[in-house]
Amino acid sequence: MTAMVLAEGVHKRFGRLEVLKGISLEVQPAQVMCILGPSGSGKTTFIRCINHLEKINAGRLWVDGELVGYRQVGDKLHELPDREVARKRTEIGMVFQRFNLFGHMTALENVVEAPIRVKKTPKDHAVRSAKELLRRVGLEDKVDVYPSQLSGGQQQRVAIARALAMNPKLMLFDEPTSALDPELVGEVLEVMRGLAEIGMTMVVVTHEIGFAREVGDVAVFMDDGVVVESGDPKEVLVNPRNERTKSFLSKVL
Amino acid sequence: MTFALAVSMTKNKNFGWSVVGHYMTDSRILHGLLLTLELTAASMAIGIALGIVLAVMRLSPNPLVSGASWVYIWFFRGTPVLVQIIFWNYIGSLYPHIAIGIPLGPQFAHVNVQALITPFIAGMLALGLNEGAYMSEIVRAGIISVDEGQTEAAHALGMTRLLAMRRIVLPQAMRVIIPPTGNEVISMLKTSSLVAFIALTDLLYSATIIYAATYQTIQLLIVASLWYLICTTVLSIGQYYVERYYARGARGQARTLQDFWLNVTDIRPFFGFRR
Repeated sequence: MTAMVLAEGVHKRFGRLEVLKGISLEVQPAQVMCILGPSGSGKTTFIRCINHLEKINAGRLWVDGELVGYRQVGDKLHELPDREVARKRTEIGMVFQRFNLFGHMTALENVVEAPIRVKKTPKDHAVRSAKELLRRVGLEDKVDVYPSQLSGGQQQRVAIARALAMNPKLMLFDEPTSALDPELVGEVLEVMRGLAEIGMTMVVVTHEIGFAREVGDVAVFMDDGVVVESGDPKEVLVNPRNERTKSFLSKVL
Repeated sequence: MTFALAVSMTKNKNFGWSVVGHYMTDSRILHGLLLTLELTAASMAIGIALGIVLAVMRLSPNPLVSGASWVYIWFFRGTPVLVQIIFWNYIGSLYPHIAIGIPLGPQFAHVNVQALITPFIAGMLALGLNEGAYMSEIVRAGIISVDEGQTEAAHALGMTRLLAMRRIVLPQAMRVIIPPTGNEVISMLKTSSLVAFIALTDLLYSATIIYAATYQTIQLLIVASLWYLICTTVLSIGQYYVERYYARGARGQARTLQDFWLNVTDIRPFFGFRR
């Protein structure tokens, strides 16, 4: 079976600062991988590399068996043109820390935009499945509401519906609950838990230890641009072997 | 004080208000007005379309593309618009014919420049190409005012750079672009009177021609100014509606036209009331 995500020695520099110092990991289909670690450890940068929002400087990164953002000719990598990168991204859904809903569009318009404009789905079909998705995230009564009139938790649930509307094989979550008021975190995690249950492949950067322990199949602990420890969340998060993992967990728990 | 000024202006016979009233609907003035409006509309249309293209080019990651835009803006903002108007008017004597084809090879099309570039076309091109340089900076300001997360979310959904720009970034940039564009339209309304130099009889030039014969200088200038004021007023109302359209989804939106007039006609500040 091809891994959904396969990273081999991924390096990323911002100017002189090396943010990723050789990340290698593997996500199998239908797996939920949770990436934890202190801020500045490179976990957000890594998840953004998976759909080529950041270009990697060295190493290889495959999604479902295809190189991300590059074409290999002999030994050299050539960056793909904009159109090719865009096509590849239609298979990868992404949810951002700050929601990034399109402010000039209603919840429904946010969800149907990419299916209609990118996938050329007929409008009535796109609207029907968008309404179904909004119902699934519990927002059937907010279809015609603009993002500015929604709470953070509601906005994030629209953002999840928007990503799902493209029928992705893989969902990336970049700290999806970090910008939310504490009482709104639960409703978003609930939607994500539902996605995991129906077999969606997910990579989740999060500080929610409880979610990682209960929903995650693999937990990865990153620090200073490297993977420090990874494995079964019940092991990594309950009985960490590495000192850095231990000290991080003792601070957040 | 405003009131006193108004009284003195109506009482003073030297203003000759009956003459003003007479010339307001003079056919030469109305023709001039029509030409001013046509010229403003056409050159602003060119300016806005060109401004969007130049702004998107300027923000391109390709240095050749953004460099080309930079050079265009540098040149057209850096030379007087009057010179540009006159230059376009005389382009026919510089290049009487333009042939499109391969140099020293076959020709595909042949253009008689002298017949094509009428004074109106020259004025429209000069004002429009010049305006494009200014509009591009206004559009660019609008584009960079939109949060980068919007572009990233669009890209993450598989939109190409151009599609994300057209569907996501530009519509939201409009909120920032519209007010200075309103300024530009109103300014163009009056700048377009420079076409008098190439003998186009716009509103102001028509007034000038009339008073050169009748010596009713002040009256005719008042006629022209009143027409400019009327056009500006209509444009301001139009701008209000356009702004309201692009404010959809934004916080604190949807004021009514009544609010607009309450604001405009609010005289309390003049009497020292604090709102």
